[in-house]
Amino acid sequence: MIPVTFDYVRAKNVDQAIQQLKDSKGEGKILAGGHSLLPLMKMRLTEPQMLIDITGIDALKEVKKDGDRLIVGALNTHREVSIHPEIKEHIPLVAETARQIGDIQIRNKGTIGGNIAHADSAADLPAAAFVLNAEVLITNEFGEQSMDIDSFIIGPLITMMPEDSIVTGISFEIPPAHTESTYLKYFHPASGYPVVGVAVVAGTDSNGVIDYVRVGITGAGDVAFRATSVEEALIGKTPSEAVIKAASKSAAEDGEMGSDLFASEEYRENLCKVYTERALTSVLL
Amino acid sequence: MTVEKKRVSVTANGQACSAEVEPRKLLVHYLRDDLGLTGTHVGCDTSQCGACSVMVDGDVVKSCTMLAVQADHSEITTVEGLGTAAELHPMQQSFWEEHGLQCGYCTPGVMIAAIGLLKENPNPTEEEIREGLEGVICRCTGYQFIVSAVQKAATRIQETGVNLNSQRLVGEGTQND
Ligand SMILES: Cc1cc2nc3c(=O)[nH]c(=O)nc-3n(C[C@H](O)[C@H](O)[C@H](O)COP(=O)(O)OP(=O)(O)OC[C@H]3O[C@@H](n4cnc5c(N)ncnc54)[C@H](O)[C@@H]3O)c2cc1C
Ligand code: FES
Ligand code: FES
Repeated sequence: MIPVTFDYVRAKNVDQAIQQLKDSKGEGKILAGGHSLLPLMKMRLTEPQMLIDITGIDALKEVKKDGDRLIVGALNTHREVSIHPEIKEHIPLVAETARQIGDIQIRNKGTIGGNIAHADSAADLPAAAFVLNAEVLITNEFGEQSMDIDSFIIGPLITMMPEDSIVTGISFEIPPAHTESTYLKYFHPASGYPVVGVAVVAGTDSNGVIDYVRVGITGAGDVAFRATSVEEALIGKTPSEAVIKAASKSAAEDGEMGSDLFASEEYRENLCKVYTERALTSVLL
Repeated sequence: MTVEKKRVSVTANGQACSAEVEPRKLLVHYLRDDLGLTGTHVGCDTSQCGACSVMVDGDVVKSCTMLAVQADHSEITTVEGLGTAAELHPMQQSFWEEHGLQCGYCTPGVMIAAIGLLKENPNPTEEEIREGLEGVICRCTGYQFIVSAVQKAATRIQETGVNLNSQRLVGEGTQND
């Protein structure tokens, strides 16, 4: 399978990439790891006339701490994210999630910026992004801005990204030191994407009472979501099997479930509950 | 739409190679059709099977999901770069001894992926080997013999101290235009 003809340029820096996007008059696309874009182009589901390869822009590979946040440069590959010492120390949830994407070859090419910018409803990283109140850092000719993840991703493959813009990085909130986190995913047996993926960050205070809990779910429907009903049911409680089981019952309430040949709506709803219960159990008990 | 061809120059298995290609040419076709390195196979052509796996600047990638132009100025290792018939790479020797292949279609990609795995984890457990080879599909062996071959190769590589980062220089099969 061969894509239709297109031209290819490499951008040396962000400003040049933005200029190249503008010059292409809406016909150009950014190329990062290419592991979402090229498969679509090979199937001719998208036909950009120009690819602007940004992988040579070293500034987009930085990882830096900014107060209570960690900013991960857009071009860090899933592999780099999964082993980066600062990411593992401050936001281990993101490292653990990246580690579960695709396979070694995919993780060597796919990038965190591409994963978020592409907004695939079955992508893994949005669960962690929702849980850690991620902000998407965007640059265009008018300057820099940041957008909350839940206002950035608005539908399957649909984002609020302004025209001729580059995602330069993803900024994640560093959770309190006493919390622990995990990402549990029910792999689609053929594609390896999550049918349902659940990210949890939670912790208890000195009296053993849950004082912090966030649950994010991806894959189940068109867009990832925070399972706030579960969070509300847990806060202020002492964790136990019964408490977690009861709270997990509402895991599917805050999002819309999808349905396809492989997994019906009811099945996805059930997976949300089961995986939320397992993730909470591993973090809190 | 017509676009200018781009010159793509790489070091393939230690040898400088170069060809002019359309930007839409996939790396696997550049390797096979322009450089004559037909050891790398196309299985699924949809990023799933890993038959097309090659090493680009030391990382295992699926060459059906990468453009040749993306690989300009990189170092590439394909199965032709592992060993020769007279002197097999420890990975090849182990696949032979452990019957790690039947039809052999997946084998070039599987061996490259296995080398990528051993570079990161020189002494993997059986489970780690199975996980590390998630990105390759074999329709014949049922994987057990592949796992045994990789285990044997790991031991052999540690014993003989073969450097997995070095590229062997093989002349056959490569061509400059
Ligand atoms: C076989 C296979 C299995 C996979 N399995 C999984 C999985 O289990 N879980 C999962 O989450 N993902 C999976 N993926 C997808 C993979 O993670 C992709 O790499 C990722 O979603 C996209 O990142 P990329 O860098 O490859 O982006 P690209 O493919 O280069 O780009 C994707 C889109 O985002 C845009 N874009 C990319 N970077 C930027 C930027 N910095 N600024 C603005 N726009 C940008 C591009 O223009 C394009 O429209 C899989 C892919 C394959 C091929
Ligand atoms: S041919 Fe590239 S992954 Fe199957
Ligand atoms: S040996 Fe035939 S596909 Fe693996």
